[in-house]
Amino acid sequence: MIETLELPKARFGDLIRRLKDRGYTVIGPTLGDGAIIYDEIGGVEDLPRGWIDEQDAGRYHLARSDRDYFFDFVVGPHSWKRYLFPPRLTLLRVTRTESDLRCEQPALQTAPGPMAFLGVRACELAAIDIQDAVFIGGPFVEQHYKLRRDQAFLVAVNCLRPGGTCFCVSMKTGPRAEKGFDLALTEFDDVFMVEVGTPAGRAMLDGFDLAAASTARRDEAETLLAAAARRMGRQLDTSDLPQLLLDRLEHPRWKEVAERCLSCTNCTMVCPTCFCSDVEEVDDLRLESSERVRVWDSCFSQAFSYVHGGTKRPNIHDRYRQWLTHKLATWHQQFGTSGCVGCGRCITWCPPGIDITEEVAAIRGTPVGETTL
Amino acid sequence: MTDKAALATAPVPGAAVGSDPWWIFPARLVGRRDEVEGVITLEMELLDPDVRARYRFLPGQFNMLYVHGVGECPISIASPSAHPERLSHTIRMVGQVTDALARQPVGSLIGLRGPFGSFWPVESARGRNLILVAGGIGLPPLRPVIEAAMARRRDFDRVVLVYGAKTVSDLLYTEAYETWREAGIETLITVDRADDRWRGERGLVPTVLKKLRLRGEGHVVFTCGPDAMMKFVVHECLASQIPESQVFVSLERNMVCAIGFCGHCQFGPDFICKDGPVLSYARVKRFFWQHGF
Repeated sequence: MIETLELPKARFGDLIRRLKDRGYTVIGPTLGDGAIIYDEIGGVEDLPRGWIDEQDAGRYHLARSDRDYFFDFVVGPHSWKRYLFPPRLTLLRVTRTESDLRCEQPALQTAPGPMAFLGVRACELAAIDIQDAVFIGGPFVEQHYKLRRDQAFLVAVNCLRPGGTCFCVSMKTGPRAEKGFDLALTEFDDVFMVEVGTPAGRAMLDGFDLAAASTARRDEAETLLAAAARRMGRQLDTSDLPQLLLDRLEHPRWKEVAERCLSCTNCTMVCPTCFCSDVEEVDDLRLESSERVRVWDSCFSQAFSYVHGGTKRPNIHDRYRQWLTHKLATWHQQFGTSGCVGCGRCITWCPPGIDITEEVAAIRGTPVGETTL
Repeated sequence: MTDKAALATAPVPGAAVGSDPWWIFPARLVGRRDEVEGVITLEMELLDPDVRARYRFLPGQFNMLYVHGVGECPISIASPSAHPERLSHTIRMVGQVTDALARQPVGSLIGLRGPFGSFWPVESARGRNLILVAGGIGLPPLRPVIEAAMARRRDFDRVVLVYGAKTVSDLLYTEAYETWREAGIETLITVDRADDRWRGERGLVPTVLKKLRLRGEGHVVFTCGPDAMMKFVVHECLASQIPESQVFVSLERNMVCAIGFCGHCQFGPDFICKDGPVLSYARVKRFFWQHGF
């Protein structure tokens, strides 16, 4: 059985200090740009204590809570992929000399060192698991991702107050953090219930001398999480979904949604699993040294599918369909899971408020005839 | 050796040339030939003798070619896989990187990562008729298959190449056709438009294929060319009762990484860079006819 302890809230700062003392840069939720974003945390005072987020399709708003909990909000525009798979990273520096082209990997030399992620939600643990499959689960290993991932220490937080666009229950990823964490916190008025997920998690609490959580405490946590599971802002019926979508590639809804979609790429930028990237060649003015710089890219851009002479997905409905069928259908064939964890970010951060759950429901609801062959 | 055994002994791309699949290896341009208008062939050797000695590829695979200060692009390998120490790439100038490659003089250094991707399953055609169908710039990826078929001609029943281009002056590798014929490759060359001096076939590649009246399970078909051509070729194969698992297409998509990370080349569930470029029609049929994927 997982070891379950109680950490008085007054000692929460000690845990953050311990992480820093053990050499971790602590990254966690903090207020920034009018949202709750992930950035370096110095101590408990940097956490958005007492704030809640109100989210709906195309809408995100911060408000004061009626209680001073540390983690009463859910997920914002950032996800941990920003730290494991940075938006901009130099893969190689290539220097030309008379007789050679010489490569260096400056990003491996200047990598940030061990990072502790504080406040990882259950859906985000699932998202990290999915990106693990993409970047280190195949025949090729993405070294930059692996370096960061191997060193990361994950402190999960169970969601007691689901957001308006959350549907992790439908995607079977939350709201309870079940695995993949070193420590998992459930917040109460005066204490955190702490579940120990790994030996590294146990070692982080050395000398804390915490009391075991009482049965009553653990039962209360289950009750709160069960209640949270019933209050999801959204639902998505996933039954037979991959086949359903692939059978309806000519459904009129694709064109209908394309009339609202701006092809702005927001959904893919905020998605914690979207992994597409481009590589830019950035040279110095003397043309001696050139850097291969990886940047996030999106299947919503026209250039994304460009092959000499034209783009393979010229219309917005092609690109929306590519994104949605990849996320919910072909991802299963590629990586054995859905590419969606139900975090709701793509709904919240879509300027016109396109809702993936609503689009799927529409496609499910009105079948059309066979697709062309 | 079976193709699977060949793949097992072939280097895992990246591992062959270093632990980082992004790593770019310098290669010296040792030859350059103008093929037809807008198409050149570059011959190159990996600079490091150890890397060169370890490099292996299978017909149908590609390399990422790199021009310093410009970028990378995927180009299939056009030279025989029996001689991996000297690689040739036939390149159509259609963009920044291919234009820059064409400007590199013999002796200059470019970069190379590879080989990447799947390969033509030549072994699956053993004892059968091997039918190669190419259009335009789709011939270079099949040239290593032609070379392999010549080297082991008796492993196959008939070996047929149907190759077409728009005009006579667009035909690639014209100097090789007689050699291929002498080696027992039935080489049918067709052009869309020709004057009276043209002695070869006329008309589209699928039409010439149809005239061959190939029927049934004894055939294995490899095709590479424009999407529209391959669609008609596949249609013709299916109409001729050639099993869909014996028809192989080589597909082209935007590629940045060649290792399944960048996402650009996705075609339904397949990554053209690592699952493809060579895929059986049976595998891709769900998306093959679909516009916008």
